[in-house]
Amino acid sequence: MSILVNKDSRVVVQGFTGKEGTFHAQNCIDFGTNIVAGVTPGKGGMCHLGKPVYNTVEEAVNSTLADVSLIFVPPAFAADAILEAADAGIKLIVCITEGIPVRDILNAKKYVQHKGSRLIGPNCPGIITAGEAKIGIMPGYVFQKGRIGLISKSGTLTYEAANQIVKAGMGISTAVGIGGDPIIGTDFIDLLQLFEADEDTDAIVMIGEIGGELEIRAAEYIKEHLTKPVVAFIAGQTAPKGKRMGHAGAIIAGSKGTAQEKINALQTAGVEVSLSPAEVGSTLAELIK
Amino acid sequence: MNIHEYQAKKLLFNYGVNVTRGQVAHSVIEAEQAAEALGCESWIVKAQIHAGGRGKGGGVKFARTLTEVREQAERMLGMNLVTHQTGESGKLVQKVYIQEAYNIGKEFYLGIVLDRRLEMPVIMASTEGGVDIETVAVETPEKIIKVGIDPIIGLQSYHLRKLAYGLGLDKDQMKEFSKFIPPLFEAYLKTDASLVEINPLVLLKNGEFIALDAKLNFDDNALYRHPEIAALRDESEEEAAELEAARYELSYVKLDGNVGCIVNGAGLAMSTMDIIKQEGGEPANFLDVGGNASAETVARGFELILRDKNVKAILVNIFGGIVRCDRIANGILEAARLIHVQVPVIVRLDGTNAAEAGEILKEASIKQIIIARDMREAAQLAVQAAKGDRV
Repeated sequence: MSILVNKDSRVVVQGFTGKEGTFHAQNCIDFGTNIVAGVTPGKGGMCHLGKPVYNTVEEAVNSTLADVSLIFVPPAFAADAILEAADAGIKLIVCITEGIPVRDILNAKKYVQHKGSRLIGPNCPGIITAGEAKIGIMPGYVFQKGRIGLISKSGTLTYEAANQIVKAGMGISTAVGIGGDPIIGTDFIDLLQLFEADEDTDAIVMIGEIGGELEIRAAEYIKEHLTKPVVAFIAGQTAPKGKRMGHAGAIIAGSKGTAQEKINALQTAGVEVSLSPAEVGSTLAELIK
Repeated sequence: MNIHEYQAKKLLFNYGVNVTRGQVAHSVIEAEQAAEALGCESWIVKAQIHAGGRGKGGGVKFARTLTEVREQAERMLGMNLVTHQTGESGKLVQKVYIQEAYNIGKEFYLGIVLDRRLEMPVIMASTEGGVDIETVAVETPEKIIKVGIDPIIGLQSYHLRKLAYGLGLDKDQMKEFSKFIPPLFEAYLKTDASLVEINPLVLLKNGEFIALDAKLNFDDNALYRHPEIAALRDESEEEAAELEAARYELSYVKLDGNVGCIVNGAGLAMSTMDIIKQEGGEPANFLDVGGNASAETVARGFELILRDKNVKAILVNIFGGIVRCDRIANGILEAARLIHVQVPVIVRLDGTNAAEAGEILKEASIKQIIIARDMREAAQLAVQAAKGDRV
């Protein structure tokens, strides 16, 4: 089963006919993802990559029963795209777009919650269930099928971790990039809960970074609720205070949000923390052998 | 993005916030003219730099006469002001703000930020005004009153009452306080600010509240819809290399070490800094050439890093996903040829087409380019090379 998405997921791509949308949607189709439609306002009625294009998400849902949306809309219009997807009844909204104003995401997230939908991202690589569906921009082949759940704030580091896990002789059930913005739709706790309940997942790897306190809350949650083993890595142990490290959310504010306080919290919760980015795979192998 | 105090005050004034009267000056003459134009009995001369703690560093001075204004302006303009936020090298003072001096009754702290946990703006207030709020937060957190403002309802009277009671204001003070806050909160929302800080917020002897200082930061992602705010950017306050990186859509942060790094992806870039440190070295920078790294962005990365004369070795750490490593390898070779890279370049490429990339680099056999098998070996080699050891 894995979590959130599988081969039966029916995906609509918002921003389908743009450069990014076209490139990555084609990659998803090649992977085997069931993309059923695209949405680009003004291009309704067209056929693109062999799929029908609609002007609105509502039309796409009515015509194709899409239940997942993948968003490649530019930052100034991305929050609107999220709201439109939620309004059309899409239950899982994956937003890849980087650079959305915080205020817009705050409002969009509240509405998504109000509609009972789930937002993943923004500013994330998406979600992939190995061998079934890739709804995002990650290199699909890296995610060989296996029984490890992966949750990460960062793109490339997700691929790096998946690659290490595969090289260590294991594989991925589902991997979710939750995004590096200060406000994100789905956080570690939501996914830890889903992986804990998932029959196809034996252990979980979480990749965090400086900024905010999601990892600390995740540590508290793990301590209380998780029975499956968890390995973690926190990026930014050497990051200076007050400087944004690439991701909008990766900033140590005052003395809050350092890698060290997150590592301490996770270790206290019984999580095996790999201090080196090169040892995520081997730490996991050691833990569950 | 940060702006100066004088810019922040002007912006807040336009929203109806009660701010001190004052004027910016770029020269001693302008300072004196500004003081005269204000027509008050005494003044405060304040250095304008993008950093807090100016008072302790000698960047905020009281002046009783025009001569004293001139003297202080003369002393400050051109000085290198060092505060706990500027680092040892300090910041060059190019402007001063001449402000009317007021009869201060009491000082408070007031801040508005996004609370990432509550996922809503929070107004913070404290009776401990005029001091470093970080210290208050650590030593006496109970002295900071926080009120979250849920966007669903917006700022309400009860929010103001909670703050005012928390600060121990009397009835008249509460009335004045309730006039001061709403325009400030409106400015926070309408400008897409990420931080509004009034420290100190002052209760004058005449009973009114006024912003004695003002600090505004903005959400960079929202600047596209506020061209008037984007125009306030003072590039001389920012690291030149970081600005240039931003123009090429690279994300660069200069650090103090001597191992330069070029990485794709912010998380992997931070991790690369970490592993350099773990192997006994010091990273010279954070550099994310983006998930869509290309030969061109890698070449730009080399250029940026090599401007930092501390850099003794460069570690290129790329995990190829959609981006193919063979393309990156060609980019590295091109960059090495074009900009005559003199320092050792340790390359770790993994992921899509990594094997082909290795072949390309090997065949080129450029002596500065050293291929590492994995991330740890790459870090070890880079650290050794930076120390001057042969690798």
